[in-house]
Amino acid sequence: MLELFDINSFYGKAHILNDLSFNIAHGEVVALLGRNGAGKTTTMKSIMQMVRPATGSVTFAGQDISKWPTHKIAKSGIGYVPEERRIFSDLTIVENLEVGRQSPREGVPTWSFDDLFDLFPNLAERRNNRGRALSGGEQQMLTIARTLMGNPSLLLLDEPSEGIAPIIVEQMAKTILELKSQGLTVLISEQNLHFARIVADRAVIIESGTNRFDGNFADLDSDPETRDAYLSV
Amino acid sequence: MGPFIAQFLTGLANAAALFLVASGLSLIFGVTRIVNFAHGSFYMLGAFIGYTVMQLLPGAFGFWSSILVAGLAVGLIGVIVEMLVLRPIYRAPELFQLVATFGVILVIQDLALITWGAEDLLGPRAPGLKGVIRILGEPVPKYDLALIAITPFILFALWYLITKTRLGVLVRAATQDREMVAALGVNQSWLFTGVFFLGAMLAGLGGALQLPKGGADLLMDFNILASIFVVVVIGGMGSLPGAFIAAVLISVLNVFGVRYMPQSTLVLMYVVMAVVLIIKPYGLMGRKEVAGEHGQVGEPEQPFSPFGRRGRLIVAVLLIALATLPFLGSKFAMILAIDIIIVCLFAASLHFILSLGGLVSFGHAAFFGGGAYAAALMVHYAGSPMELAFVLAPIITGFLAIIIGWFCIRLTGVYFAMLTLAFSQLLWSLVFQWGEVTGGDDGMVSIWPSPWASDTTVFFYLTMIIGFGGILVLRHAAHSPFGYALRASRDSAGRAEATGINTKRVQFVAFTFAGAMAGLAGTLFVFSKGSIFPTELEIGKSFDALIMVFLGGVKTLAGPLVGASALSLMQDYLTRFEYWRLALGLLIIAVVIIAPEGIAGTSQKLAARWGIIRRDEVQ
Repeated sequence: MLELFDINSFYGKAHILNDLSFNIAHGEVVALLGRNGAGKTTTMKSIMQMVRPATGSVTFAGQDISKWPTHKIAKSGIGYVPEERRIFSDLTIVENLEVGRQSPREGVPTWSFDDLFDLFPNLAERRNNRGRALSGGEQQMLTIARTLMGNPSLLLLDEPSEGIAPIIVEQMAKTILELKSQGLTVLISEQNLHFARIVADRAVIIESGTNRFDGNFADLDSDPETRDAYLSV
Repeated sequence: MGPFIAQFLTGLANAAALFLVASGLSLIFGVTRIVNFAHGSFYMLGAFIGYTVMQLLPGAFGFWSSILVAGLAVGLIGVIVEMLVLRPIYRAPELFQLVATFGVILVIQDLALITWGAEDLLGPRAPGLKGVIRILGEPVPKYDLALIAITPFILFALWYLITKTRLGVLVRAATQDREMVAALGVNQSWLFTGVFFLGAMLAGLGGALQLPKGGADLLMDFNILASIFVVVVIGGMGSLPGAFIAAVLISVLNVFGVRYMPQSTLVLMYVVMAVVLIIKPYGLMGRKEVAGEHGQVGEPEQPFSPFGRRGRLIVAVLLIALATLPFLGSKFAMILAIDIIIVCLFAASLHFILSLGGLVSFGHAAFFGGGAYAAALMVHYAGSPMELAFVLAPIITGFLAIIIGWFCIRLTGVYFAMLTLAFSQLLWSLVFQWGEVTGGDDGMVSIWPSPWASDTTVFFYLTMIIGFGGILVLRHAAHSPFGYALRASRDSAGRAEATGINTKRVQFVAFTFAGAMAGLAGTLFVFSKGSIFPTELEIGKSFDALIMVFLGGVKTLAGPLVGASALSLMQDYLTRFEYWRLALGLLIIAVVIIAPEGIAGTSQKLAARWGIIRRDEVQ
């Protein structure tokens, strides 16, 4: 469904992604693992063309999206949930969702305001509060809900568990599994191996912007050297 | 009581048009982050187009539909400007777009001149609203009362659009973080075009609406520009209610000012703005600007590096070539070269605080003119010799910069720009209205150099030494530890503070230093011309310097010199033609689109790509 091929991305002169390649099949939840600075966020942004890769290609649903503008990629069905959350703090929850709203898409679940308030009951209670009044966990839910309003077929979640209370992380894991059961494909970047194991089918480990491991968690467990070399456990 | 209320009503009526125009500017800035200098031109076009359509459509219905037609027409012109001129340069460095909008001002000025002629047009009276109504015995024009009645509807319509519609939600979201809005599937290009349509339309409506009060003339664009910036800043960037309150405040104060303190009119609104910004740094209803929250943190800044051997050689050759200019025997060429060297120093001093310090000053003319006036006053009243003036005038300008900087440095971004503008306007009106000392509009004349330097050739070499000496000092400061600290404060104030740099103090010192160097340029200027007039302190002078810096390339040290030379030469060549503004405006727009990093920035990039210079020599 999504294929990254030999991506090289730079930030200024810093070479962040180095011939990075991996792919995601339809309906899969893939965890993108790696330490701080390994290039996880840059990978996400390179898919969205918010960082423009110098070379390499990104193919989504059979189309080369490498040269597309960001909004077109979002319109084609990739929903991006940034690590910094970037909710619109001056807008209410409902208005935040409105920004993300897109028309229904064939073959993927369609989300309404009410569906999302069912999925995230905390948000329903505060639907007319401004974004800046929300806690970190609520902001994270709002970011995901806002992206779901676009009815994406592929969801990019950048470190959703970061800086969030454990009880909310648990809730988040349930939510992701529910999204998966509805047929969504998910790429989730994580530092938390435990969390990744719960939600993901497969792990891709990157270090210095290069793919170091690609396989299921059983394989990863039988290869503790790789695990210890590239992940801070 | 009667006169008081009548004055107040006049002020309220004046606020209607001002609010319309200012809210358009605020919307455009909020979403696109473009400081649209051409907004006054949209307002002027609204008046001219409204006037023409009113000639065609008779009666009350014709009058009011003409205003709507003018608004729509100007909205479409705004769309054309956005699509043709601004769209190609959205990815350019922040604020670069203001150069393009400056080009648009020039183009529209000449197009209006060609279309409507140079005569001021008297606005038609509104049918059915001619004459006055007496309130407590005082006459109040009926049209003023109509405007006061309309204003709440305008405010409501805008409020509804911004808070209740999808477009409004997107506009507010984009005001905060436009990259995230794009990542959610909204096409920014169309959003920007839509906002430009709306903003330009509001300006056009404002221009047409004030026709019965003020008519239409070719100076309207610059005349309203300062006021609407003041309104937007007092109200708080991006806040419509704030803009409304500020428009009322400024208009009412202005009316009272004209009546009770006529000598204060030029300066009153700047005093109000300065007071508001000193008390509430982000305007009455604005909120703090957080760097990077708008999702427009561009490419990281390339560090400057000193020229390599080849670069120095080229500079030396150029300087030697310039030094042979007197041997060509053209006095005219020497005078032109003197002018250019002076503006180069002026532009370089602005570049120092703007590019290295990250503080965009809209009022740098205060220091150029300040230095020139300091020297002129010394010569005129104390009989000071030129040599002493060259030492003391920059120092005096430095003190002036200390005073202004003390108020301004606490602000950042557009608010800093506007407060520096306010102070330079204060200084301008002081010089303009304190005629006994400064000569007012007549300026100060007979400020000649010492006899040994009065020959053009000698003065040319003197200008070369002082001018390039000043530029070298600026360059040296840029590459000194102080320059590093200044750039660190710009790039990340928090991290710079954490390493022990007092960022505000560093910026304060840099501001003072840049002011003193501009003062040195001003001193050179006054002795080269033998006279000084308040025009050297005007907004236009500050804008010239900004255009030079951006046109040359804000991210290179050579930029201000290239930009200053290019703009001076273009002006010198083109002003001999009748429609030189049109030509200059189109030329500026063309340069901006072809070289979005400025002339020097783009040529260095190309040179590096073609292998003429090494990539790390790009500076």
